[in-house]
Amino acid sequence: MGLEIVDDIRKDYVRDLIESGKRVDGRGFREYREINVEKDVIKRAEGSARVRIGNTDVLVGVKLEPGAPFPDAPGEGVIITNAEFVPLASPEFESGPPDENSVQLARVVDRGIRGSEAIDLAKLCIEEGEKVWMVFIDIHILDNDGNLVDAAALGAIASLLNIRIPNERYGLTGEDTLPMRDTPVAVTTVEIEGNILVDPDFNEENAAASRLTVISNADGTLSGMQKSGSGGLKEEEIAEMVEIGIEKGGEIREKFL
Amino acid sequence: MKEGKEEIELIKEGKRLDGRGFDELRPIKIEVGVLKRADGSCYFELGDNKVIAAVYGPREMHPRHAQDAKMAVVKFRYNMAPFSVDDRKRPGPDRRSVEISKVSREALDPVIMREYYPKTAIDVYVEILQSDAGTRTAGINAASIALADAGIPMKDLVSSVAVGKIDGEIVLDLNAIEDNHGEADMPVAMVARTNTITLLQMDGRLEREEFERGLKLAMGACHQIYELQRAALIDRYSESVDVGEGEA
Repeated sequence: MGLEIVDDIRKDYVRDLIESGKRVDGRGFREYREINVEKDVIKRAEGSARVRIGNTDVLVGVKLEPGAPFPDAPGEGVIITNAEFVPLASPEFESGPPDENSVQLARVVDRGIRGSEAIDLAKLCIEEGEKVWMVFIDIHILDNDGNLVDAAALGAIASLLNIRIPNERYGLTGEDTLPMRDTPVAVTTVEIEGNILVDPDFNEENAAASRLTVISNADGTLSGMQKSGSGGLKEEEIAEMVEIGIEKGGEIREKFL
Repeated sequence: MKEGKEEIELIKEGKRLDGRGFDELRPIKIEVGVLKRADGSCYFELGDNKVIAAVYGPREMHPRHAQDAKMAVVKFRYNMAPFSVDDRKRPGPDRRSVEISKVSREALDPVIMREYYPKTAIDVYVEILQSDAGTRTAGINAASIALADAGIPMKDLVSSVAVGKIDGEIVLDLNAIEDNHGEADMPVAMVARTNTITLLQMDGRLEREEFERGLKLAMGACHQIYELQRAALIDRYSESVDVGEGEA
C-alpha cells in the first residue's frame, strides 16, 4: 500500500514534467540515453553482446547446436529466442518460470529477426530433414532501468553478426560465419499525456499507458511491431512512433552494427 | 518469409482463394449469452474460426497480494482446444498463448471501467474451438461482447481484425492458408467510437506505406465489426424489453 502511493507520486512527477516539455533526466523527447555495445564478451558463446542503454544492462548470448528441423521446414535452420528476467536485475523480478513480460520480450525480438529474414535459414541446413543448426538466442537481463526490448534486440543482432559456427566441436565442416542478410533494429516509444517519447526509462515506462516497439530494417521497411500497455493510441500517434522508429533505428544501425 | 515452404498462388484474377476481394471480411456470426453459468458469454464465428468467450466477475481477487486497491484487475486467458488445429495442440498454456493473453487483455483494459470495482478480479476466458487464422481477433471481439453481456460498465466495445500482405497485396482478414504463405500479418483492435487503437502487432515485412494503408483498412473493418457486435447485443436484450409491452 505504502509503495503504491510512492509509485503514484513518481508517476505524477514524470507526467507533470513531460507536460511542461521536460524529462526527468533532462533528455529531449526524441533523444536516447547513452548507448554502449560491447561485442564478444562471452568466450563460451558462439556470439555475444552486452548492451547498455543508460542504466539498463542486457547481455545476449547465442549458442549453436545441431538438431532436428521442424517437419514443415526440413531444409531450414531453427531460431529459438528466450529471455530470462533474473531476480538480480530488479526488485520486481522473481525467480521461477518466465512470466508474460519475458515471454513477450523474447517473442518480439524473435519476430524482428524472423520478419527481416536477417538469418538465411536455408544456409543453416546440414542434412535436409535430419540435421540443421539450431540458433539459440538467450537474453539475460542484468539491470532493468526500462526499455529492455531495444537493448535486447540490439544485443541479439550484434551477437548474430559475429557468430563463429562451431563446426569442429561437432565434427562438421562448412562455413564458419553465420550468413546474415539484414540488421533489424527495435525502437520503442511511449505516449505520455499526448507526447511521444523515445527510449523510456523505468519510471517513464510505468507512467505511460501505452508503448509501441517498431522494428525496422536497413532499407527502411518494417519487420515487426508490438503495442503493449493498458492504453490506446491514435492513428497520428502511431504514425509518429513509426517515423521515429525508422529514423532512430537507422542512427543506431549506423553507429553500432 | 517462410520461403522454405512450397509456393502457392494466393491471388488469382484479382480474387483470393476463397473468392473474397482484398478488403472483404469473412462471414461473421455472433450469439450472445450462450453459457448458463458464466456472468456473460458470447459465441463468435469468423469464417471457419469458432470461438467462445466467458466472463466471470467482478469477483474476489485471488491471490490477495495481486489485488489492486484502486481498480479491478482484468485476467485474460486465451486457450486453444487441442482439436482446434491440424496438428493436435498440446493442452495448456504455451508461449504463444501467454503473449496473446497479455496483448488481448491490454486491448480490452482501456474500455473497462475498472475503477468501479477496486480489489476485484474480472476473469475473461476465451476458448478457441476451431481455428483458421485470426483467432486472437475473434477472441477479442467475443470477449468484448461477453463483458457487455456480464453487465460490466464499459466506455465502448472493442473490435478487432487482422490485415496482412499476400502475393504483394495488402488484404483484410487472412485465413490460415493466406497466413501460412503470406508475407506479413498484422492484428489490430480498436475502440470504434474514438478510433483508438488498443492492439497492434506486426509480423513479417512491410513497407511503411503498406503499414499505413493496412492500418486504415483494419480500422475501417473494425467499424463494420462494431456494428455487428452492437446489433448482436441489441438483439439479445430487446427480447427482455418486449415483456412489458403486454399491458398497453
